[in-house]
Amino acid sequence: MAGSTDSQDLLRAPLTIEFGFSRTTGPVIGAFLTGLIEQRVLGIRDSAGRIVCPPVEYDSLTGEPITEMVEVGTEGVITSWSWVNTPREGQPVQEPHALALIRLDGADTAMMHLVAADSDDAVATGARVRIRWAAERTGQITDIECFELAEES
Amino acid sequence: MSEDRTISALPDGLWTQPQPSVPSGDDTVSEVQRIRTPASFVYDFTPGRAPSRFLRGLAEKKILGEKCPVSGDVYVPSRGMSPVEGLPTTEAVEVGPKATITSFCVVHIGFGENAPPTPFVSALILPDGAAVSLYGTILGIPHGDVRIGMRVEPIWLPDDQLSTSFENITHWEPIDEPDVPAEQLKGHM
Repeated sequence: MAGSTDSQDLLRAPLTIEFGFSRTTGPVIGAFLTGLIEQRVLGIRDSAGRIVCPPVEYDSLTGEPITEMVEVGTEGVITSWSWVNTPREGQPVQEPHALALIRLDGADTAMMHLVAADSDDAVATGARVRIRWAAERTGQITDIECFELAEES
Repeated sequence: MSEDRTISALPDGLWTQPQPSVPSGDDTVSEVQRIRTPASFVYDFTPGRAPSRFLRGLAEKKILGEKCPVSGDVYVPSRGMSPVEGLPTTEAVEVGPKATITSFCVVHIGFGENAPPTPFVSALILPDGAAVSLYGTILGIPHGDVRIGMRVEPIWLPDDQLSTSFENITHWEPIDEPDVPAEQLKGHM
């Protein structure tokens, strides 16, 4: 039957390719994730004195290792965002939400995370947000369940 | 893998990242050193016409190859063409089920839900009548006794569990036949 062109001959099946990665964190990322268990967020000071959060292990200007970790706030401000109307399978939140860059108080760089909101009308660049912690925390970025909009103080 | 195990260690001095200073926190929380970050891709897979024929053959416990019209070499599983001549294959040919191990390795770190207990042997297996080898797992023999040239046969799922899947062949086991000399296996891996 070689050479058949009948498309009804075709088989079709779901196929999942999965890599079960397990990785070591190193001391800097490890300390950041450990902090999340304790409901605190750590950044790191770079050679220019800026606080980078989430922390990085090497200075972005000089390439040298950096080591001075500091605690930053659990509230911050949205610096950029987009609205996710149709979350895809496997995303941590299945309701429509914002995916945002958030600069925490005391930090000079932004981290990406989810912002829970009823609609995109409620989200704005410059809006203040605060962390909603997961009830069970295991040292993963999802220990921050999401950010939620905070009242202006 | 259900649990972590040490697979390698760096000698002292190779790891140069300095220890950071961390503001003191909750001493009762143990430091995170390792995380799991699984990644998966979910496809709707269409194997194509020739692999579909191969998979339908497996549902009937047949290993089907397809013949190159010029060289006569039988490719399995067929992609519908001869990779050497660049021509469509024109004739389906049943190969095996008896086969010969053309290469193998001993697997010490298994992964996937269906992986056998380690260590086990993963092998390239040349079905009788085929020009190229298939991948398979060798069981039923201590891994240290597996040899290139060893004769094997497929072990199939029970008939009521057969489907159009390569997983119909659960593994291969040795049969009581003389080894094939390695010389004869050249070019068939």
